[in-house]
Amino acid sequence: MTQWINLPAIGNILLLGLVFGAGLPALVAVGVTMLDTGRTSGTDGTARVAASPARQTVAYLCFAVVLAAIAFGIYEVVTG
Amino acid sequence: MTVVLVLVVVTALAFDFTNGFHDTGNAMATSIATGALKPRAAVALSGALNLVGAFLSLSVAATIASGLVDTQLVTPTVVFAGLTGGIVWNLLTWFLGIPSSSSHALIGGVVGATLAAAGAHAVQWQNLVSKVVIPAGLSPVIAGIVATVGTWLVYRISRRIATGARDRGFRYAQIGSASMVSLAHGTNDAQKTMGVITLALIAGGSLPPSAKAPLWVIVACAIAISAGTYIGGWRVIRTLGKGLVEIDPPQGMAAEASSAAVILLSAGLGYSLSTTHVATGSILGSGVGKRGARVRWGVAGRMATAWLVTLPAAGVVGAVSYVVADGIGGTAGVVVVFLVLAAVALGIYLRSRRTAVTPSNVNEEWAGSSVVPPSEQTPTPASA
Repeated sequence: MTQWINLPAIGNILLLGLVFGAGLPALVAVGVTMLDTGRTSGTDGTARVAASPARQTVAYLCFAVVLAAIAFGIYEVVTG
Repeated sequence: MTVVLVLVVVTALAFDFTNGFHDTGNAMATSIATGALKPRAAVALSGALNLVGAFLSLSVAATIASGLVDTQLVTPTVVFAGLTGGIVWNLLTWFLGIPSSSSHALIGGVVGATLAAAGAHAVQWQNLVSKVVIPAGLSPVIAGIVATVGTWLVYRISRRIATGARDRGFRYAQIGSASMVSLAHGTNDAQKTMGVITLALIAGGSLPPSAKAPLWVIVACAIAISAGTYIGGWRVIRTLGKGLVEIDPPQGMAAEASSAAVILLSAGLGYSLSTTHVATGSILGSGVGKRGARVRWGVAGRMATAWLVTLPAAGVVGAVSYVVADGIGGTAGVVVVFLVLAAVALGIYLRSRRTAVTPSNVNEEWAGSSVVPPSEQTPTPASA
């Protein structure tokens, strides 16, 4: 069986795939959600109310993690 | 270099070019479908990143056929016939708008040509099944699971915010993840052609055994795959972007992130998966993960059928090409098959002009096939 299917490799790809492939989009979603207050201001209602500093911090932290992961991915390609 | 070797190199670069436009959709179909990028901007970005990607990893060797066929028995004519099989299958599936694996087409062609040249003992069947066939079956499932989970999470997390604000943010992320897929494609797929050319040069005696790819081979392959990507295989882009699932930015982001992660991980772990199979699985997963999204399983089934046929079909063309070239013999045989290949390619291209899919109609509503029905073609201004 193992000579036909490389189960360890498949398991690793699925597990790490979920961490990076599903986890990173989820972090982006957290960041985007944190930045959006859902409220608008101004007479025409077009100016959006900025998120609180705490929410902004969380958001930019999420984006920073995502960017770091991408940089790590490119580094792996170049060195691997 | 002999005439035969020159023709092998030209054919390999032509294959690399078809590899480029056949696979543009893997990276960019979702970004084009959601409007995150204009069609022409998308293919330009993808082409540039394929060019960069081709130079990223420099450990290129003649690895495509090793482990699958007995490379001692490979001659330049075998490589040439194998490439012919790969090109013909790539052009046919592109014409039909079916995203099929360029790697499989190439492997099928080379295996078929080797079979015809040296017999069944020259093919390592177990490796062919365990390294090529089984991964092909598993990769869409793995990518599909990752994209399903990713899509579900993204919609779950962002469910309270307005669609407009949400989609703006996700479009940027989608462009970023699609760029990673393009980069990975340039790295993986351009190397395959570099490996094939190197293999032919070794077989033809122009390079010593176990030589690395010369610089001119790397540069030529990088340019060929990048140019192919820039041309854009609009028929395949349309099927991937519009045919499988109606894609919104959150889904597009999740699908491309899944593709990028799975492709890079599989390459890193030495268990190479086809970009096409992964990308298709991801897009399907992005439909499964969104509540109420419609997934056209019929289109997916048609693709799966094409994937099953890819290895044997490219193999038959590769084998026939070898038999013809070898039957005529020598340089003349290779020249004749080369001319036939050029005629077939021209024929398919001319036929495709009748139902052309272009940047302007690539996003039209899906009506059963990648071909845009005449009534839905964007009308050209009568007199403007």
